[in-house]
Amino acid sequence: MNRRILAAMRYTRRNPALAVGIGLLLAILLFWGIGSIFVPFSRTSALSVPASRAPSWEFPLGTDRQGRDLLAVMIAGTSLTLRIGLIAGFIGIFIGTILGFVSAYYRGAVDTIIRGSVDVLLTVPSLLVMILVAVALKGGLTVEGMALVVSILAWVWPTRTIRAQVLTMRESGYIRVAQLSGMSSPEIIVKEMMPNLLPYLAASLVNAVAAAILASIGLEALGLGPMESPTLGMTIYWVLHYSALLHGMWWWWAPPIIIIVILFVGLFLLSTGLDELANPRVRRSV
Amino acid sequence: MKLDYIAKRFGIFLLVIWLALTVIFFLPRFSTQNPIREKMNQEMLRGGYVQVGMEQMIEEYESKFGLNKPLWEQYGTYLSDMGRLDFGYSIAHYPKTVKSMLSEGLPWSIGLLGMTTLIAFGVGSLLGALLAWRRAPQVLRYLFPPLLVLSAVPFYLLGLVLIFFLAFENSWFPLFGGYSPGTVTDWLSISFWGNVLHHSFLPALSMILAGIGLWALTMRGMMVTVQGEDYMTMAEAKGLKGSTLFFRYALRNSILPQVTSLVLALGHVVGGAVLVEVVFGYPGIGTTLYHAIREFDYFVIQGIILIVIVAIALGTFLLDVAYPLLDPRITYRRA
Repeated sequence: MNRRILAAMRYTRRNPALAVGIGLLLAILLFWGIGSIFVPFSRTSALSVPASRAPSWEFPLGTDRQGRDLLAVMIAGTSLTLRIGLIAGFIGIFIGTILGFVSAYYRGAVDTIIRGSVDVLLTVPSLLVMILVAVALKGGLTVEGMALVVSILAWVWPTRTIRAQVLTMRESGYIRVAQLSGMSSPEIIVKEMMPNLLPYLAASLVNAVAAAILASIGLEALGLGPMESPTLGMTIYWVLHYSALLHGMWWWWAPPIIIIVILFVGLFLLSTGLDELANPRVRRSV
Repeated sequence: MKLDYIAKRFGIFLLVIWLALTVIFFLPRFSTQNPIREKMNQEMLRGGYVQVGMEQMIEEYESKFGLNKPLWEQYGTYLSDMGRLDFGYSIAHYPKTVKSMLSEGLPWSIGLLGMTTLIAFGVGSLLGALLAWRRAPQVLRYLFPPLLVLSAVPFYLLGLVLIFFLAFENSWFPLFGGYSPGTVTDWLSISFWGNVLHHSFLPALSMILAGIGLWALTMRGMMVTVQGEDYMTMAEAKGLKGSTLFFRYALRNSILPQVTSLVLALGHVVGGAVLVEVVFGYPGIGTTLYHAIREFDYFVIQGIILIVIVAIALGTFLLDVAYPLLDPRITYRRA
């Protein structure tokens, strides 16, 4: 076991993106983990603490105009925003994997339809489609509902990339051998192709999570998010709504931006790191 | 078969628009909400009393907007209306048409988005290419981490930070808007143009900075791959000049996938631009969309989204048609 950890440590030296990415994400998880022990969630609701206070010992990140403790909001918001990203990311990868495999492995008319719709949907501005859906559902959107809205188009990009991977894999020798030795198609997909695709799927998942978080923050900033939940994007919405910037309330807008930036940089590095792990031939691309 | 290729692409263009139209039409009809009832409720709350005969009023409006006809008939009228670019009236600013609101905002959005995308794409690609180029000055390598962070930050959040430092702390630039309130909108006067450019600087800067990071990263990735190709070694062995190697061999071959990425990123860039406009209170269609969402002005939302989808589909179509000109290896015959 110890040897494995050492080997992993040595690998990170060759793949610094992976290490830094994991580090940044761990820092965020740590912030959430430790924070949620010490700061009660009840302080994230409006009017729970005095309003518009600058940072102090009592409220390390100050409070907003509606009387929320911003430290509590950041802690809860980080986990809620991550939850939206993870749910939508998993849905996207799940559907994308199925469609990608079906499309690339069975070819024919199914492939034409799937590839055609992916090509068409890729050029459609996904944020605007989500705005349409969110407007139609306006009111009563929960965090989970938000994740579902964001996942509407989350499968498009994974389908395309996974299909391309499967297409190349399909031509490789060991798949031919498996076919000749009489394995059934589902068996080949599950036993032969899936294990080889795993690191690649992980990288795609990270990308999908990042895209979902980006979309959710955008929708929330426009006022189409879960109004009652203290997510990072909703905090941005309140910042814009109450012009926190013009009132000099830097403690209101700076923390969510910093957390969002760390989150995105972390996810980006993690995905390039995983890409490198999955496909060492493109090594040194970042 | 050049015509064949263009016809096929044009078919896809029409398909996208038809799909968008259909989704926009059917989506609100599946939801439990009724834009007219919603609006009436909102007005009622504002007035603070219950209007007698609300139901009759809603019915009256529904027949005016044709909402009581069978669905397929509505769909037909809707398609023909949209075909004539008739997006109907704004519910919130009633006598105003959606078309007039769009034509007020569109020039601003197109100007801002067009300029920033071109600059970001050009500068970012060149910078990314230099980052990967072995003979480029070493100083450039220090640019990589900040570029990476910039590419990861959503445009509009960068905008917030820029407003704080450059407009709020030091009032070098205006805080919001497209021009100073009270100025006469005279597009022929130079001072008005100056005013507009001064106001557009920060939103443009936030989009350019974030865009540069994005394009530099993808370009760098491409350049790394291209530099490993055999023809690069060959060219180097022939003793070609460094600049020839860089521009005519490496850059020329790396720029093609970049253009593909540009096509795919258009939608993403527009989405970000909408939010930049909101943050800066810029008078483009993004801000119009934001207000329409807040006022639940369904026809305006629908008109804006449709116009943007059509614009992006058109952009994709044009780039698709231009692509074989850029890359002689791709013939029109097989896409």
